[in-house]
Amino acid sequence: MAEVKLMKGNEVIAETAIRCGCDGYFGYPITPQSEVMETLMLRKPWEETGMVVLQAESEVAAINMVYGGASCGKKVMTSSSSPGISLKQEGITYIAGSELPCLVVDVMRGGPGLGTIQPSQSDYFQATKGGGHGDYHLIVLAPASVQEMSDFVVLGFDLAFKYRNPAMVLADGVIGQMMEKVVLPDYTPRRTEEEIEKQCGDWALTGKKNRNRHVITSLELEAPRQEVFNEKLQRKYREIEANEVRYEMINCEDAEYIFVAYGSTARICQKSIQLAREAGIKVGLLRPITLYPFPMKPISDLCGRVKGFLSVEMSAGQMVEDVRLAVEGRVKVEHYGRMGGVVPTPEEIVVALREKFSI
Amino acid sequence: MELTDIIKEENLVLKKSGLLTDNVMHYCPGCTHGVVHKLIAEVIEELGIQDQTIGVSPVGCSVFAYNYIDIDWAEAAHGRAPAVATAINRLHPEKYVFTYQGDGDLASIGCAEIMHACNRGENIVVIFINNAIYGMTGGQMAPTTLLGQVTATTPYGRDAKLNGFPMKITELLAQLDGTCYVTRQSADTPAAVRKTKNAIKKAFQNTRLQKGVSFVEVVGTCNSGWKMTPVDANKWMRDNMFAKYPLGDMKDI
Amino acid sequence: MAKFRGAIVVDIEHCKGCNLCVVACPAKVLDLHHDVNGKGYHYCYMKNPEACIGCASCGLVCPDSVITVYKAEIK
Repeated sequence: MAEVKLMKGNEVIAETAIRCGCDGYFGYPITPQSEVMETLMLRKPWEETGMVVLQAESEVAAINMVYGGASCGKKVMTSSSSPGISLKQEGITYIAGSELPCLVVDVMRGGPGLGTIQPSQSDYFQATKGGGHGDYHLIVLAPASVQEMSDFVVLGFDLAFKYRNPAMVLADGVIGQMMEKVVLPDYTPRRTEEEIEKQCGDWALTGKKNRNRHVITSLELEAPRQEVFNEKLQRKYREIEANEVRYEMINCEDAEYIFVAYGSTARICQKSIQLAREAGIKVGLLRPITLYPFPMKPISDLCGRVKGFLSVEMSAGQMVEDVRLAVEGRVKVEHYGRMGGVVPTPEEIVVALREKFSI
Repeated sequence: MELTDIIKEENLVLKKSGLLTDNVMHYCPGCTHGVVHKLIAEVIEELGIQDQTIGVSPVGCSVFAYNYIDIDWAEAAHGRAPAVATAINRLHPEKYVFTYQGDGDLASIGCAEIMHACNRGENIVVIFINNAIYGMTGGQMAPTTLLGQVTATTPYGRDAKLNGFPMKITELLAQLDGTCYVTRQSADTPAAVRKTKNAIKKAFQNTRLQKGVSFVEVVGTCNSGWKMTPVDANKWMRDNMFAKYPLGDMKDI
Repeated sequence: MAKFRGAIVVDIEHCKGCNLCVVACPAKVLDLHHDVNGKGYHYCYMKNPEACIGCASCGLVCPDSVITVYKAEIK
């Protein structure tokens, strides 16, 4: 039965994983998301649902454990924060290249390097443009509330298995650390071996019996065959782009200017909209929920009736590049961002809007 | 007695394992990998566990192990096979999971993964081929390259000051509480091949006893990388490698 | 006189001529043929077939599993 609780974003990731029938979590501690594994260890899901939880020796090992678990058709995940996600990129590209489903949670902190432990959104490029080597994409979901931390664990796994592709929940330190009311999902039992066979039986490693052997690999030495595989991946990404774009529009009906913001920044922008409208500036918000696939068309469709877009991010300007690609020069696109773990205030976003668009 | 009287089904004493595929191995003539692949296939066949075995192949010459032994395989990133095998083992504790790794993969880039898989005592088998060189990339220095040994990246011989010392990783792993069976074998003579097969069989049987990692090192040759004939390579291995990497069981509990 | 006689059948096209079987044979039965197979390898063959005792040493050390060994009691 659905349960309402007051919980931290990171705790909700763990709780939802258990409830949605996750088979395994493999992680390595890093601030600001260590509560994910701590919550799992405290909950002991191996006694309750049989879910495996393992603290790996490194992020590199953790993501390769995910590769191993996903190879068996199991519902497996990991979580980390920016520097740890950088380490996981090797495994993520192998997972993408082997077309394995899994869930990766990135609770972003400021960088580059060891950077800071405060919230940031500067992993946008890394998350949406592939991150590791080779042409590939993750399905990237950006929660803006603790509720969405829960919802997107479920959705992320669903999409990962639907497309045999790694999915990422790209949160930031604010969403990971803050407490909100959350409606937790009902328990879904872990799939039985028969159910896994039914869902993933044509590729998963279940033991060769009365069929050809299954091999999980991303290696193909014949260039023309590797190209054919790459073309197949690209067709999959086009399908994802056609079917899985998710976004939210707030106060856009009469808006002359549009904030484009995701995650905690989108929450802040809602206050900025209120402040701006009190001052007579008609502003709306377009919140991409999927960062990949990016909501290109909704932004493009707004171009005929708005004066400009302000991409608000806790970064030096990463998502703004995708906004510009969607707008194609038809109206003005500007970026406002704070970096290094500094969270912008609603007021300074309004000031930035006035300055950049000479309002 | 005519040959046709001998070559009859009832007189058969040795044939290619039914678990080896028809694919021609890409290995160079005389490569130890071929012998060890054969032994693994024979052991899995004899134990009747084809449908319960999952192999994890490495990066290196044996990356294509999955083309030759007819079981389910995952191909791991360089050095990460023990992490991949860890998850498969944890999620499928009833299965037989093994990694097959070379010296660059296991003792260099994958040092952390093998150490910690061994330390956690995962119920897996590790087959470690030590030929003291990187084969696939063209004969560069491995952690196990002997002092003075010439490779593509130690053209004047391995110098301890410049390159450090040959690494006895198997001895290190034997020190960890999570390993139950640690042995070093070779595959250069018929007797050695028999012993190695017994070691591999014991390692797989250990999986059911839930005692931890069974680790079988096979000291092998890379005649292409060493720039010798296969027969000379075996002799060089006996004359040089065995002193640094002595054969025998290090641990059996 | 040996109590057993052996014989081998070589999968010629898959032999890589590594010579390991030749060296491993205790009865000096084997040699590499002066002809080559389709891949250009001098494949192994029984040069002295009557000396074979069917011990399977050749097959044990063969990396490519190209040797099938038979052994029959001499009656």
